[in-house]
Amino acid sequence: MRLSQRALYPFLALCLSLCAAPRAFSQSGGELHFCLHNEPKTFNPILVDDEASENVRYLTGGVLIRANRQTQALEPALAESWRVSRDGRKITFHLRKGLYFSDGTPFSSADVAYTMKLLMDPQAHSATGDAFRSGEGAIDVQTPSPEVAVVTFPNLVAGLERLFDQVAILSSKSPKKEMSVLGPYYVSEYVAGSYVLLRRNPNYWKHDADGHTLPYIETVRLDIQRNRDIELMRFRRGELQLINRLDSEQFDRLQKEFPGVARNAGTGLDGEEIWFNQNTASTVPDYKRKWFQTTEFRQAVSFAINRADLARVVFDGYATPAFGPVSPSNHAWFNASLAAPKHDPQAALQALSRAGFRFQDGNLKDSAGHKVEFTVITNSGNAAREKMATMIQQDLSEIGISMKLVTLDFPSLIERISRTYDYEACLLGLTNTDLDPNGQMTVWLSSGEDHQWNPSQKTPATAWEAEIDKLMREQATAPDEKVRKAKFDRVQQIAAEQQPFIYLVNKNALSAFSREISGASPVALNPQAFWNIETLRLKPCGEMGTSK
Amino acid sequence: MRAKFFLRVVSRAILVFIFAVGLFAGSFSRYSYAHQFRELPNSPPSAAHALGRDLFTRLFYGTRVSLLLAPAAALLATFIAAMLGGIAGLRGGWIEKVILGSADISMALPLLFVLIALRALLPLDVPPLFSVIATFVTLGLLGWPSSLRVIWAAARSLRESDHILLARGLGYRNSQILFRQILPCLRPVFFAQFWISIPLFTLTEATLSMLGLGVMEPLPSWGNLLRGSEDFAAVAANPWRLVPLFVLILTVICFQFVFPASEELA
Repeated sequence: MRLSQRALYPFLALCLSLCAAPRAFSQSGGELHFCLHNEPKTFNPILVDDEASENVRYLTGGVLIRANRQTQALEPALAESWRVSRDGRKITFHLRKGLYFSDGTPFSSADVAYTMKLLMDPQAHSATGDAFRSGEGAIDVQTPSPEVAVVTFPNLVAGLERLFDQVAILSSKSPKKEMSVLGPYYVSEYVAGSYVLLRRNPNYWKHDADGHTLPYIETVRLDIQRNRDIELMRFRRGELQLINRLDSEQFDRLQKEFPGVARNAGTGLDGEEIWFNQNTASTVPDYKRKWFQTTEFRQAVSFAINRADLARVVFDGYATPAFGPVSPSNHAWFNASLAAPKHDPQAALQALSRAGFRFQDGNLKDSAGHKVEFTVITNSGNAAREKMATMIQQDLSEIGISMKLVTLDFPSLIERISRTYDYEACLLGLTNTDLDPNGQMTVWLSSGEDHQWNPSQKTPATAWEAEIDKLMREQATAPDEKVRKAKFDRVQQIAAEQQPFIYLVNKNALSAFSREISGASPVALNPQAFWNIETLRLKPCGEMGTSK
Repeated sequence: MRAKFFLRVVSRAILVFIFAVGLFAGSFSRYSYAHQFRELPNSPPSAAHALGRDLFTRLFYGTRVSLLLAPAAALLATFIAAMLGGIAGLRGGWIEKVILGSADISMALPLLFVLIALRALLPLDVPPLFSVIATFVTLGLLGWPSSLRVIWAAARSLRESDHILLARGLGYRNSQILFRQILPCLRPVFFAQFWISIPLFTLTEATLSMLGLGVMEPLPSWGNLLRGSEDFAAVAANPWRLVPLFVLILTVICFQFVFPASEELA
């Protein structure tokens, strides 16, 4: 029996549609389950200043411009297009038409104006809003039509467009206020201390190339789980499908147990560093402060630290020795011409000798005969930092420096480094969420509160700090990106020469995905594992979690 | 009885061995407790610590710290509890109420937060040994209330006993009754509280180490060695991380058998 050619085409079409159907339907829907590592402090996107809230904002908030976490390029989101004026003060958005918030409220330029007003309200104390503050005066938002919004700032805001990646638009009309969103999901349930349940936004504007509504996954359940071991155990049991920010030890074990499940996105933005307290208002004895203020001393400590060992032993190789304030994964702003940090105890001793220190009988003494010893504080409970400090202790002992380590609970530590200044040196991590150098303004300006080694100075204490101040201000007001890059490259170079922060390592962005997930493509930028949540899919049941 | 005697002898032998290892740690290992064999992190025994430090060397030196200081803290706590519990039990009345009230208030205070506050007051620039001693003294000074309740109950039961009444009748002063009649009778209770407190303080020290209040790096203690057992999966991969836990359990068990029970004494 033969099928006629006429009958063959419908038969083939039927077969093809049957093959395609499972992909179109079975991979949509389902519940993605992963953990937040802290309680979100707020669901109001304006007030976000912690990682858990930031993650919820990313999943629920609709923004005008989105920074693609993979390419690091800006992409149109709620705004179809935008234009920044030559003086860098004004940005004009052309909004998409016919969009609705999750509760059905229509979206228009009035919502952009409302959001910007709330964001820049000084009473709100919004960290997101602070990034837009470039000088005295209020911002002006014009809405010539429902599809056009023009935002004018009192002064030039460098890197203005990129800042809008953090601004989730709120509805000016919705009775649900901030719970009405334009992002891929909305908050459906929240049980404090337990979980946040997100549901697919039925009015989300994005579609895939085939015209299917995004996101594919119906619900996202975010369990609040501080204990990373329990998180890993649940992932192993198949109760979780994703782990964001895996630590290196867990990553290594997971990779051995379930090859292909643990994913390494390479060097991340997060760095670890150590700095000395140079603050003249601190309780540090004068002779010690003099050491800390000596460039050769800081350079010597930097030379003595074996960063490669830190990366290999503490982070199992899932970290990169750090060069400076910008991670190599920040393609736009990293200064690739900086020399790689090297471990060289002899160079350390030479630098110390130039500064009048003497190495005798295994001990280092300054010109006045004081034995060189200092105490480093770090936060307790962070095993990686404690291990790094212990290794640095041994490295420094090679050049005769005696280093003590004191671990403190986090509030006590913050009190000491930001209020009482009662400490000698500190080892902490720096989490970079903003790629633009303006995000580091308060760190580099000598008047900044986060200028940790000597904060809130009335006038710069040193010539190189004055030069950094000048460069940072200039880059912040330069409309040309190349000029900005050149100036910030110089800042990085000064930081590498002067070592006010002794950068140690940049940790890798590690994550894990169960085999149920398809479309995962982790990146170095936050949120590393679920930046492309819209296009993640869950495979049909039958393949449980991480089972081999 | 023979079995108990045998257990006692074995327990004493084990404890003597453990104490000897602690006291003469340098003779049992040719490595330094702080030296890092960075090329061998997490290697099988004995360079088994995550930083490539020799686990057994650290265990030997950690034994010195824990077995000398935890009993010292236990002794201090039991002494305070004995004095206050004995007085409260003997005198009764408002003195009893004040002492018991103080104990209740002390027990209501979250110990760890009090210790965190005390650590925040301690200067940063202190030698590790001073920090260790300060930690255990603090534990001893704060760890008496639970023992006090037990000792007070035992002392109160003696208050109306015949020999105390006889002592009163003979004109003994309260202090004489306390030191000659009450406290000697409570010796088994003190021992029990003392032995119970040792592992308790060792474990508290482990918790404090996690909070940055315990023994500071690079000095080892059982407490900070036990931190290597926090991660279940890591323990499964490197089971020798459990050795400090076994030593702690063994020590605690031996402490329970090392002295004759009260009925044996009778």
